[in-house]
Order: sequence, then structure tokens, then C-alpha cells
Amino acid sequence: MSARFTVGDRVRVRQAYPPGHVRTPYYVRGKEGVVSRMIAEHPNPEERAYGRDGLPPVPVYRILFRQNDLWQDYQGPKGDTTELDIQEHWLGPLEEEGG
Amino acid sequence: MSETHSHDDDWPYPHPQQPDIEDGPLTDFMIMTDAVAELLIDKEIFSADDMRRTLEAIDSKSPAEGARMVAHAWLDPDFKARMLEDVNAAAEEISIDAGTIPILAVENTKDIHNVIVCTLCSCYPKYLLGLPPDWYKSRAYRSRLVREPRAVLKEFGTEIPDDVEVRVHDSTAELRYMILPMRPKGTEDMDEEALGGLVTRDCMIGVTVIDRD
Amino acid sequence: MRRHHDMGGLDAGPVDPAEHDYTPWEKRVDAISRLLAGKERRLLTSDEHRRAMEDLGPGAYDELSYYERWISGITNILIEKGVISVEELGGKMEVVKARWQEAQE
Repeated sequence: MSARFTVGDRVRVRQAYPPGHVRTPYYVRGKEGVVSRMIAEHPNPEERAYGRDGLPPVPVYRILFRQNDLWQDYQGPKGDTTELDIQEHWLGPLEEEGG
Repeated sequence: MSETHSHDDDWPYPHPQQPDIEDGPLTDFMIMTDAVAELLIDKEIFSADDMRRTLEAIDSKSPAEGARMVAHAWLDPDFKARMLEDVNAAAEEISIDAGTIPILAVENTKDIHNVIVCTLCSCYPKYLLGLPPDWYKSRAYRSRLVREPRAVLKEFGTEIPDDVEVRVHDSTAELRYMILPMRPKGTEDMDEEALGGLVTRDCMIGVTVIDRD
Repeated sequence: MRRHHDMGGLDAGPVDPAEHDYTPWEKRVDAISRLLAGKERRLLTSDEHRRAMEDLGPGAYDELSYYERWISGITNILIEKGVISVEELGGKMEVVKARWQEAQE
């Protein structure tokens, strides 16, 4: 799959809050994580939700987030994580931020 | 006791004319369900036979096949590697139909404990493990597991040591997830069937462990 | 703006571990969705079904059970696509209801 990101890349989830059928949960918007696995390209569910074919397919990545990066008041050990499958257009590289 | 209709024998619909006792009092949604099914059968979108076969398929799935896959993986490291790569293909090797929706198995180790949820709806590997428990689909589980997994696990009687990472998997896209639990100690002499008997649905979701030692 | 179904991270009470056996009508709802989504028909994708359930609105979570939301979503998509009409559904629901009530007498 021709993909923008690869395993190990640090990414940030876009901080956008559109309506519609979105499969990027609210709790990861604007958060920083790392690509842990490449998932196959898939027709876009945001489009398929309205009866369209969702093509061309969108690359999907497994992103690993540290719980401490997701929740300000996380109660558990610092090694704890949450992992999700996110579409490419919801991700941006961290180096764009110049930091 | 009510009588059945006289055209009982050629009644084309797969369900009984009276509400099933287990359904409880008749609701508009039950009426709507049967009305939709009957219209779709009338329009030949599917047949009463299709409906019967699908209901049988639903009833045939339970955690047992997932348990068998786990037990087989414990006994055969090459199979385990293939299962971790592609559950659906590995299932076929041992005559299990895990369906076409891809399932990813994540392995518990001494360093990582995994647990699954679908915060956005209720995605679950139902074509392998059968229908999910009510709590998996509940607001409380879907809301809290990603935020305070250890507290939720504790409610299930599971405590994971602080030096073990708890990793929550939220099924947001096409993949469904299942846990490949750690094989308990003291099971060296058990055969596949006995090992399968140790593997519960809840440990394949990740809210319980068999043991971590 | 957080949509009501997007509930990861919100506060909630303890997880109620009680389970119920799936009732026959619930399984029929599941069966209908599987048949419609199957590759032979492709009349309902899981994406459309989820979107239809999300669009039922926040009250749906409080007022409707899980499979009540499911059948509502399925029915709305079928109406939206013109697979069934509101009129014929209304008529068939009357027939089904009358049949069940008659059977109970």
C-alpha cells in the first residue's frame, strides 16, 4: 500500500470535530502517538455510511498512545497504553509542528 | 391455550405465530422486526430458509472455537505464529469458520496484558466467539475501559501488577480483536481438549486471566 | 463537539456483569442484518447501519434497548433506500400485530 506513514513514525491525530460517521474517537483527537502496525487500505467508512463506495481505499494505521498522553489524570502506571486503528487523513506527522 | 392458524402448514415465515415465551410482552419493535422480515421475504430478498439457516448459524457460535484455537496455539508454536498473523486463515487450518471480517489476535505476555473494547459501538469477533455479553456493549464498559482499565479489570476480579503494561484495544476500523491468553503453569501434561476447557470467553476479551504466573 | 455514541473516556458507574440470554426476536434482528449485509445482497453495509443508529439521536440510548436500536437502524436504511415503503411497513405491522393478538386469545 502506498502510505504516508510507516511503523515507528510519531503522529498526531487531527484536532477536528466534524459531524457525520467518524471512526476516530473523540478522546484521541489532537493526541500524539506512534504508528505500531500497518493495517490494509480500506474503503472509507465515512463515505460508505451514506451509501457511497468509499473509494479510493484509505490506508489505516494502528496507533499506540500512552495513557498519560490521552488523559491528564490517568491513575495507572506510566507504561499503560491504548491502541486504535486510525485512517490516514486523520493523522499528521509531528515534525510539521517544528518541535 | 391459543390455537394455531388453519394455514399452519404452508405458513411461509420461519417464526411462530404466537410470540415466543422468552420474548416477553409484545413491543412495537418486535412487531416491526417481524414485519420487516416478512416484507423482505415477500419481496424475495431472502427466503424463510435463509432466515432459518442464519439463525442456526448464530446459535452455533460460542466461545468454544476460539478456545480451541488458543489451545492449539499453545501446543503448536508455528500455528501460534500463523494465528497471530491471520486468525481467519489459521482457523480454516483446523476447520473453524471465523467468517470474513478480519480478526487480529493479540498475545498476552509477562510484560503486556491486553483487553478489548469498541467505544464507538460494540464491534466484537462474533463470527468466532458468538454474540458478546451485555456488559461489553454497555455504556459503562465502553466509556470507562479506555480511561481506567485497571479499575474496570478489578471489577472483574483481575489485578495486573504495575510492572505489566495494560494495553486497551479499541476496535475502531475493520479489524476485530481477540486476546491470546498466556498458557497457565502446571498444564504441561494437558491435551488440547483439556487446555481448551481452561479458556473462557472473558479471558479472550481480556477482562480476566487464567493465571499470570 | 462530541457525538453521543462516541463515549470513550466519559464517566460512568460500575460495569453491571449481569448477562441475559439472547431472545428469539433479538436473534431475528441479528439474522436480518447479516442477510442484508451479505455479499449476495449488499443492501446494508455495517457503516450504513452504524450511521443510522448514531442518527437515532442521544435519546435512543436511554429509551431503546440494544436490539431495538438495531432494528430501528435497519428499518430506516431500508426505507431510505426504497427497499420497503413506509406505507407497506405500516400495513404489515398492523397485520403482524393483529395476528399475534389473535393468537393470544
